[in-house]
Amino acid sequence: MTESFLYLIQQLINGLTIGSTYALIAIGYTMVYGIIGMINFAHGEIYMIGSYVTFIVIAGLLGMGLVSLPIILIVALIVAVIIASTYGWTVERVAYRPLRGSNRLIPLISAIGMSIFLQNYVVLAQGSRDVALPPQITGGWTFGDPSVFEVSFSYMQALIWIATFATMSALTLFISRSRMGRACRACSEDLGMTNLLGIDTNRTIALTFIIGAALAAVAGLLLGLYYGVVNPFIGFIAGLKAFTAAVLGGIGSIPGAVLGGLILGVTEALTSAYFPSEYKDVVSFGLLVLILLFRPSGLLGKPEVEKV
Amino acid sequence: MQSNKLYSAIFAAGITLILACLMIGVKLDTEGTQLAVRGATAEQWTWIGLGVGLVFLSQLFSAQIDAFFGKLPKPQLGKLLPEERKRATLKPWLIAALIVGMIIWPFMVSRGSVDLATLTLIYIMLGLGLNIVVGLAGLLDLGFVAFYAVGAYTYALLSMYFGLSFWVCLPISAGLAALFGFILGFPVLRLRGDYLAIVTLGFGEIIRILLNNWTAVTNGPSGISGIAKPTLFGLEFTRRAKGEDAQTFHDFMGISYSSSYKVIFLYLIAVLLVCVVVYVINRLMRMPIGRAWEALREDEIACRSLGLNRTAIKLSAFTIGASTAGFAGAFFSARQGFISPESFIFIESAIILAIVVLGGMGSQVGVILAAIVMTILPELAREFAEYRMLMFGLLMVIMMRWRPEGLVPMKRPHLELKQ
Repeated sequence: MTESFLYLIQQLINGLTIGSTYALIAIGYTMVYGIIGMINFAHGEIYMIGSYVTFIVIAGLLGMGLVSLPIILIVALIVAVIIASTYGWTVERVAYRPLRGSNRLIPLISAIGMSIFLQNYVVLAQGSRDVALPPQITGGWTFGDPSVFEVSFSYMQALIWIATFATMSALTLFISRSRMGRACRACSEDLGMTNLLGIDTNRTIALTFIIGAALAAVAGLLLGLYYGVVNPFIGFIAGLKAFTAAVLGGIGSIPGAVLGGLILGVTEALTSAYFPSEYKDVVSFGLLVLILLFRPSGLLGKPEVEKV
Repeated sequence: MQSNKLYSAIFAAGITLILACLMIGVKLDTEGTQLAVRGATAEQWTWIGLGVGLVFLSQLFSAQIDAFFGKLPKPQLGKLLPEERKRATLKPWLIAALIVGMIIWPFMVSRGSVDLATLTLIYIMLGLGLNIVVGLAGLLDLGFVAFYAVGAYTYALLSMYFGLSFWVCLPISAGLAALFGFILGFPVLRLRGDYLAIVTLGFGEIIRILLNNWTAVTNGPSGISGIAKPTLFGLEFTRRAKGEDAQTFHDFMGISYSSSYKVIFLYLIAVLLVCVVVYVINRLMRMPIGRAWEALREDEIACRSLGLNRTAIKLSAFTIGASTAGFAGAFFSARQGFISPESFIFIESAIILAIVVLGGMGSQVGVILAAIVMTILPELAREFAEYRMLMFGLLMVIMMRWRPEGLVPMKRPHLELKQ
C-alpha cells in the first residue's frame, strides 16, 4: 500500500468522525424543519451549551475525586442531555410557539435573536476565552507500515462512531415504532390534519425540539471530548455546517441528514488534507450553493409542492 | 384554576432554576493544566434567586399583569400630528429645515459628536439598504456585511494599487457590491426564503475568510491602512498637500489649518450620501418595481399568477440592497482610513438586522430612528458594553413577539376619500 493511499484512508477516518457528529446536529435541524418548516437558528447554540455542560460535569466530578471514566462519561451525558433539552424546550416555548402561524420571516428573526442571546449569555456566564479539557480518552489502534505511513484510529474516534450509531438507531426505532414517533411523522405530513385527529401538536413540536436538543448535546459531548476545547462561539459555525449537511441530504429527511453529514465531513477532511485548511469552510459553503443550484431538494429529499 | 396557575408557575420557576444553575451557578476555570469548577459568588446566587422569583410571580399573576397592561392608555401619537392635508403642505418645509439643520449642526458641536454622527449615518445607510431586502422584499439576508466589506475593500484596494480617488471609486464600489449580490442571488433566489438566510450567512463567512487568507492582495488579518481620504474637487484636507500639484483646502480658502475641517467634511459627505440613498429608495418604493417587491413579500403565488417574474424582482431588490451596502462600505473605509476583516464579522450583520427589525420593516423613518438609537445608546451606556449583544438578541425576540411591525410601522402611500 502506497503512502498516498494510506493518507487518504486516514483522512476518510477523520472525515467520517467529524461527519457523524455533524449528522447528529443536522437531525435537529431537519426534524424541526420537517414539522414546522422553519430553521431553528438557535440549534447550534444548544450544541455549544451541551459541550459546556459536559465540561462542567467532567471537571466537577474529577474535582470531587471520581476517577472511573465510564461513570464520569455517563453522568456527563445524562446531565448534558437533560440541560440541553431543557434549553431546547424553553427556546421553543419562549421564542417560537407564540409566533406560530405568523409570516414566516418573523419566527426566523426571532430564532436569530435567540441565537445571539444564548451565545452572549454564555459569554457573560462563562467568559469568552477557550476552555481546554485534558484528553480523557487516549490511545488507539494503528495499522499500516510504520516506515511508510501509519494510519491511526483512536479510541475516541471509535467512541464517536459507536455513540453516533447507537443514537441514530435509537432515534430510528423511536420514530418508526413508538406512539410519539408516529405522532411526529404525522405532524410532518400534515400539521392541521394531525391536530384535527386529536394529537396535541404543540406537545409533539416541543418533543421534536427536545429530541433535537438531546442529539445536539450528544454531539456536544463527543466533539467536546474530541477537540478538548470549547468557547461560546463554536455553536455558530457548527450550526452552519450541520444546516449545510441537512440541506445536502434533503431537509426534512432524517436519513438524508445522516448522509449529508457524512458527505460534508469527508469533503472537509479531504479539502483540508490537500488544500490550505483555511479554505475548508469555503468549500463546504460552496457545496451548499451548488446543491441548491442543481438539486434544491437535496440528495434524499422530496421536491417541495407549493400549496395555495 | 388557581391551582393550575400555581402548578405552571412552579414549573416555570423550576425550569428557570435548572437553566441558570449549571450555566451561571458554576464557572469553568483553568488551574494550571487542570480544569476546575468554581461555584458562583453569593451575589450571583442572589441574582439567580431573584430571577427565579420573578418568573414564578409573573407566571402566577399573569392574568392580573395582562389586565393591568390592557388598562394602560395607549399613547395616541396620531392626535399629536397635524391633520393630513396640513401635513402634506408642511412636509417639504420640514424636510428642508431638517437638511439645513443637519448641515449647520456640525459647526456648533464638538468633534467627537460629529464623528459619532458620521458613524450613525453609515449605519443609517446600511439599515436603509437592508430594509429594501428584508423589509420591502421580505428576503432575509444574514450576510449583509459581506457587501459592505466588498465596497470597503474595493475602495481601499483601488486607492492603494491604482491611486483612484474616492469619488471615482464610490460608484465602482457600489457596482461591484451589486455584482456580488447578483451572482449570489441568482442561484438562490429561485428557492424558498429560508435557504437564502443560510446561504447569505455562509457567504458572509466566505468573504471574511477570503479577506483573511488572501494575504497577497488584502494583506490578511492586519488589514489595509493609510487609505486616502476624500477630496473636495481635488482639495485635500491634510496639513500639507501630498501630490505635486495638489492643493489643500485651508490654503485655497486662505484660512489656518484645523483637523476638524476634515471631520466636518466627512460628515457632510455622509449626509449627502444618506440623502441620495433616501431619495432613491423613496422613489423606487413608488415605482412599479417597489410595489412588486411588497406584493411579492405578501403573496408570492398570487404575484406569479399575475405574471410577475419573481426571480427578476427579488434579484433587483437584492442587488439594489447590496449596492447600498457597497456605497456605505466605500465611505466607511474612506472615513476610517484603515480596514481589516475584523470590521466585517457576523455581529455587524446582526446589528444591521436589529436596526431594521426595531425600526419597523419597510419603514424608512423607523429605520433611520432605530439606527440613531442603536448607535448612540451603546455610546452613552459604555459601562454596559458587555451586555450590548445580549440586549440586541433579546430585543429581536421581544420585538417579534409583541410588535413585529416595529416601533414606527410602515405607512403605504394611499389616498383617502373625503366624506
